[in-house]
Amino acid sequence: MLWNTLVLALREIRRNLMRSFLTVLGIVIGVAAVITMVTLGNGATVMVSEQISSLGSNLLMIHPGKRMGPGRDTSGASNFRLADAEAIARDVAAVRAVAPTSSAGVTAVYANENWSTTVTGSSGDYFTVGNWTLAEGRAFNAAEQRAGTAVCVIGATVRKQLYGGQDPIGTKLRMKNFSCEVIGLLQSKGQSAMGRDQDDTIVMPLRTVQRRLAGNQDVGSIMVSVRDGADTAKAQSDIERLMRERRHIAANEDDNFNVFDTRQIAETLTGTTRVLTALLSAVAAVSLLVGGIGIMNIMLVSVTERTREIGIRMAIGALEREVLLQFLVEAVVLSSLGGLAGILLAVAASLVLAGVMGVPFILDPAITLVAFLFSAAVGVVFGYFPARRAAQLDPIEALRHE
Amino acid sequence: MSAIPKPGAAPALIEFRGVTKIYGQGQAAFQALDGVDLTIREGEFVAIMGPSGSGKSTAMNILGCLDSPTNGSYLFRGVHVERLSRDQRARLRRFYLGFVFQGFNLLARTSALENVELPLIYRGLARAERHRRALQALEAVGLAEWADHTPAELSGGQQQRVAIARAIVTDPAVLLADEPTGNLDTARSRELMELIAGLNRDQGITIAMVTHEPDMAGYAGRLVHFVDGRVDSDEPNPHRR
Repeated sequence: MLWNTLVLALREIRRNLMRSFLTVLGIVIGVAAVITMVTLGNGATVMVSEQISSLGSNLLMIHPGKRMGPGRDTSGASNFRLADAEAIARDVAAVRAVAPTSSAGVTAVYANENWSTTVTGSSGDYFTVGNWTLAEGRAFNAAEQRAGTAVCVIGATVRKQLYGGQDPIGTKLRMKNFSCEVIGLLQSKGQSAMGRDQDDTIVMPLRTVQRRLAGNQDVGSIMVSVRDGADTAKAQSDIERLMRERRHIAANEDDNFNVFDTRQIAETLTGTTRVLTALLSAVAAVSLLVGGIGIMNIMLVSVTERTREIGIRMAIGALEREVLLQFLVEAVVLSSLGGLAGILLAVAASLVLAGVMGVPFILDPAITLVAFLFSAAVGVVFGYFPARRAAQLDPIEALRHE
Repeated sequence: MSAIPKPGAAPALIEFRGVTKIYGQGQAAFQALDGVDLTIREGEFVAIMGPSGSGKSTAMNILGCLDSPTNGSYLFRGVHVERLSRDQRARLRRFYLGFVFQGFNLLARTSALENVELPLIYRGLARAERHRRALQALEAVGLAEWADHTPAELSGGQQQRVAIARAIVTDPAVLLADEPTGNLDTARSRELMELIAGLNRDQGITIAMVTHEPDMAGYAGRLVHFVDGRVDSDEPNPHRR
């Protein structure tokens, strides 16, 4: 009986193909919009996470001053020393690599080209901590670090700006009052999650920067990479304790430095993306509601149009619930087909838009299933009223209906 | 009063006992039937006649379990139909009654075969069996070769014969025909009446037919006249064709 009803419903839909199509258009658009929003949102979330992990794996950043961001308070906060970084590497068990850094803005000159960029002085661990790989050449060695030799590793942007297509390895790059030999080229990482160009950088041994550019022994920040699987929160609190000790902070005083877990950025950003996705999906879901009302409207018209048919069926012996089921199944089949079409449309639209926006295409099967079930549910909810109206017709009146 | 069954007579299939039908209430109330007693036995062919407004259509609706009497009893094979629920009456129609209407009432854009199959679908028959029986019924009305045609492609007479096939495909206990020739010309009407009379004569199907044409009533074995919601006369047809 149910199979028959299904066949009957499909036949009825085919009979009024154009009308059926227009009826379910609301559902199609609603389902497609919801799935597209969620798919693109997922892609954006994954892209953000990937960008964050490109900053470095399990990365903690230690800065002087009370907190990061707007209102950052650096008053009375002395910079770190190399010894602080060494102490962290020695005393905190979960640490994999520690990179003390000192940065300075410079204008680098090669031949007729010049380019303003940032020089970061650090140890060889900087490349480990920052997930950097070398495209060409080598990193500086321990001897060069100790001696503060004028060698540097340049980022892809610097290379492009100063060298064009030329090979930079072995050339001398001039800046301020000295020149350094380019010994390596970093593999490009692209933009950071904050939109900063990570490749616009020059890396030198810490001592070189301190001596020749900064003119002091300060370490501006310390980057710490925590071992895989180790407890980052524990490492963070260990570092905080150690730093308080070394900086002689009394028990009742606030920290004059902060340890920042880059995963927090990831969480904040993915959180924002999620909220936006949910909002847009909610707007799209309104279309599903409107689509449902469209189905109810057409089903009511259909019941009126087919009053005579309902009368015939009743005279022949159809039960109330069989008539109800027939119209209900028709509404559900209609809305489910709309749901299916919506899913197909969403996949196509997401593929195109993901390509245009440069985010990965990640179709969530759960959301797809939920959207489909929801479209079927729309059929049940909005088909029920017209179906019940059909089922409660008086057969005599229905047969007399012209 | 209903006639006392003669010894050896067929058992009563349909029995109206003081059936009254009133439409509306108060001032607007209209009494369509006023204490009708009527018995139809297995194998009878009864023509119900009368002027319009005489209550014959109302009687037919109650007979067809589409409507319930306001007062009185309607017994179908001894069952009090007036005590049945809407669904129970639907089941009674499904298993015991066959309908033929004046306006044919076939499903549009649906082939003759599928129209005839319809009651079998509600009986829950398997597809192959439905097919076989529907074709058989179409053959019985001489339309086997028109099985794939939709009502729009058939003449009025042919449509009514499809309707008859649909009514008899379930082997009903009684065939109820409401002005079956009302929309047909005289020649087609005659053909159709021959078909209906043949069903009664050859297959013993009980038939109750409403008509206002004496010509068509002539095929029946018994003539019941309604006037003002009462049975005016009820007698065998002396000139049965």
